[in-house]
Amino acid sequence: MSTDSQNTPHTASVLEFKSSTFSVPVLVLSNNDLKAIEQQLQQKIQLAPEFFKNSPIVFDLQELNKQEVEIDITSLANVIRKSGLVPIGIRGGNEEQIQTALALQIPVYSIHNSLSSDTPKQKKNVPLTASEQKIENSTTLITQPIRSGQRIYAAGDLIVMAQVSAGAEIMAEGNIHIYNTLRGRALAGVQGNPDARIFCFDLQAELISIAGNYKISEDINDSTRNRPVQIYLQEHTLFIKDIREH
Amino acid sequence: MARIIVVTSGKGGVGKTTTSAAIAMGLAKKGHKTAVIDFDVGLRNLDLIMGCERRVVYDFVNVINGEATLNQALIKDKHCDKLFILPASQTRDKDALTQEGVGKVLDDLSKDFKYIVCDSPAGIEKGAHLAMYFADDAFVVTNPEVSSVRDSDRMLGLLSSKSRRAEQNEEPIKEYLLLSRYAPDRVKLGDMLSVDDVQDILSLHLLGVIPESKSVLTASNSGVPVILDEKSDAGQAYADIVSRYLGEERPHRFIDEKKGLFGKLFGGK
Repeated sequence: MSTDSQNTPHTASVLEFKSSTFSVPVLVLSNNDLKAIEQQLQQKIQLAPEFFKNSPIVFDLQELNKQEVEIDITSLANVIRKSGLVPIGIRGGNEEQIQTALALQIPVYSIHNSLSSDTPKQKKNVPLTASEQKIENSTTLITQPIRSGQRIYAAGDLIVMAQVSAGAEIMAEGNIHIYNTLRGRALAGVQGNPDARIFCFDLQAELISIAGNYKISEDINDSTRNRPVQIYLQEHTLFIKDIREH
Repeated sequence: MARIIVVTSGKGGVGKTTTSAAIAMGLAKKGHKTAVIDFDVGLRNLDLIMGCERRVVYDFVNVINGEATLNQALIKDKHCDKLFILPASQTRDKDALTQEGVGKVLDDLSKDFKYIVCDSPAGIEKGAHLAMYFADDAFVVTNPEVSSVRDSDRMLGLLSSKSRRAEQNEEPIKEYLLLSRYAPDRVKLGDMLSVDDVQDILSLHLLGVIPESKSVLTASNSGVPVILDEKSDAGQAYADIVSRYLGEERPHRFIDEKKGLFGKLFGGK
């Protein structure tokens, strides 16, 4: 300690506190069977080994305590460490569990900011499928013609029953289905989803794009023009195929 | 309550004012008390087409500013006592129009009139916006060429999103297509878009086709709405349009090339 003060005789600030928010997976336990926990944890990790490698994790004991099921915190922490995860917090524990956790140098988080967060917890357990769910859940349906100068943005899939005029622009984070003539611009997968597709009944588009890969009208082959087609992305190349081909 | 009709197009020179004059006259001749308003502040034309330019004392902007009453500004047409004209101001610009002011004038007119025809200026800016904002029906005047069709499409988009009916989630404005300056012989040669082409692009209910006609220019220059020239093809086309709008069944004419002696005499340009 004395050496420290000798090395820094001046009073300039050497540190600073900053507030920052992190996204950390929360492990919600509903059973105290450590064997089962270990096994299922392994299964989850195998789905995305890179994602979980040395990942910090907070374990949530609220469910267990609701059911008044006892769990040995020390053994639980060991099981988690053995799986390659780093426990960095405990949440929803009772007084005894909190004391044990603190003795193991695991910080305690309060529960109040996550009382109504059942869905986010699930999402954090399976982060890879979150974007897919979002697309499935929100589809925008449009039955009126989309006129020149109009722009439509859909957070999920977009279904258009009427025509899309030249000079109109439709965008979707998911797929685009047009059961009519497409004369304007259609951009699917605008947040970077390369699996998004565009389906249209009559292709006369000014521009088509999937996840930023685009073709302008001039590049669209005459053999696919004025036809029902599907458009998809394969290795950064847009393919336009007759809708009946697979 | 009056029915408010906007005659609009986006593009200039397609025949909005000619159409407004003809339609307003047609409705009035059918016995409906009709007002026609010129929204083209700064480029006043409707009074010329209606032949009342010498009788303009007060105008639309005067009424909005409270400098004149509606009754002082409205000009009674000399051909039909059911028709009144509210001219635009020539010395002001479109900024003289306010949404509140226009709304109040239309409200006041609604108490007394059956139909109010709003002659929109070209473009999609303030004047055109206010002309269509309060409308119940829209007559979209389009020429059979690509730029006019594109502009009409843009205007249709605004009608369905920026009007009072759209903003208040009411039943949308009823949109009708009026295809003007149509020349079947040029369509046949491929110089001009056909009725089917235009309808395919706009997917809109066709209220009528007005043929390209010398009688339109003659009528404009003499200040008599072309619908009063009952012998002319354009006059007949507008009469058909008014009848169809009022719910009568009329077969479409002037779409195909005329045949026989009559066609040779009156066809062509």
